[in-house]
Amino acid sequence: MAELSNQKPPEDRPPNWNDERIDRVIGNLLRIGVIASAVVVFTGGVLFLAREGRQSNPDFHTFRAESEALRSPGAILRETGAWNSRALIMLGLLLLIATPVARVMFSIFAFALQRDYLYVLFTVIVLAVLLYSLFSGYLSDNGML
Amino acid sequence: MNVLEFTSLIAVGALVAGFLGSLTGLGGGVVIVPLLVLLKVDIHYAIGASLVSVIATSSGSAASYVKEGYSNIRIGMLLEIATTIGALTGAYLTTILDPRAISIVFGIVLLLSAYLSLRPRRQRGDADKTDALAVRLRLDGSYPTPAGKQSYHVHRVPLGFGLMYVAGCLSGLLGIGSGALKVLAMDQAMRIPFKVSTTTSNFMIGVTAAASAGVYLHRGYIDPGLAMPVMLGVLAGSMLGARVLMAVQSSVLRRVFSVVIFAMSIEMIYKGCTGEL
Repeated sequence: MAELSNQKPPEDRPPNWNDERIDRVIGNLLRIGVIASAVVVFTGGVLFLAREGRQSNPDFHTFRAESEALRSPGAILRETGAWNSRALIMLGLLLLIATPVARVMFSIFAFALQRDYLYVLFTVIVLAVLLYSLFSGYLSDNGML
Repeated sequence: MNVLEFTSLIAVGALVAGFLGSLTGLGGGVVIVPLLVLLKVDIHYAIGASLVSVIATSSGSAASYVKEGYSNIRIGMLLEIATTIGALTGAYLTTILDPRAISIVFGIVLLLSAYLSLRPRRQRGDADKTDALAVRLRLDGSYPTPAGKQSYHVHRVPLGFGLMYVAGCLSGLLGIGSGALKVLAMDQAMRIPFKVSTTTSNFMIGVTAAASAGVYLHRGYIDPGLAMPVMLGVLAGSMLGARVLMAVQSSVLRRVFSVVIFAMSIEMIYKGCTGEL
């Protein structure tokens, strides 16, 4: 028990949030994200194959972008509500993409608790790049950027 | 071939790719892309599906490494600034580069990655000296060994940072984790112990890939019908590979599989040159 040996924690950090505990939370966060995503993708996959399994295979040889409906987080959520099996798979993949993003968000919180503001700044930069990647295309399509 | 048959074929291929990627330490992405290209899948769909599987395997295995205390989260966070910006650059390059050029770059990167991860590692000399910048950034750390905690010092941070930008670019351009280059940057350039380098690289791969995934998603590179069997297959295959790796002598297997990797590199370069994509 790492916490027990640490009877007198430094004044500048809460005793409950030592590095080991932060590592544990990050580990659990990653594991839960991957499992949840795999379950949703699998469910969507079963539904997809049950409905469309006997159709002839679509041509992946020529690139035509995935239909507009499934190219942004908002659209995927709307289509999932309608039990669209392809949207359900995309929702699972979105959960997967969100897993590292959630890990980065938690790291900001963890570094802030440790009063390590330089690393809060580094982590905020990484989060900004991730959010830019996820939302910039969507915002520019809608004239918001 | 109907959808069910095609999906099963891809799932089995992805299982093998994940298994191979985990055994060789190269990652599932560099194996699944040539396999999909061989099955006449457009390279944009191939890298889209591969990138998604890269996030899954990296996050899955990082979960246990982080808990065991091998990964250095400060090193990871600092270098992720370089890899995510690189990944954005790479993802934009995929939208303007000719598929033939992407294929040739892929083949060359695969050859280099295989070479880097299969060659014997050299001993480092100045690992006990400290580096002013690394100390200021609080990058030095320790990791568990059978003989207790072993501390280490980090060196040449700017060089490592620059190499990480290149690794991020290649990840975003090719839909792979580019773990071999990340490990090179940490192990050789920054003189970080090998076990810490590989686990921290793994930890960074998920975030790097998530940075290009947003662009891929918006461009329509991620097709659910293809990404579903690829992600599930590679994830299952790499978990299986990690089990086998613990049970058998890995150096023999790595040599056998390096032949397969070599053949795949040649395939990608050949297809890129002849335009058979």
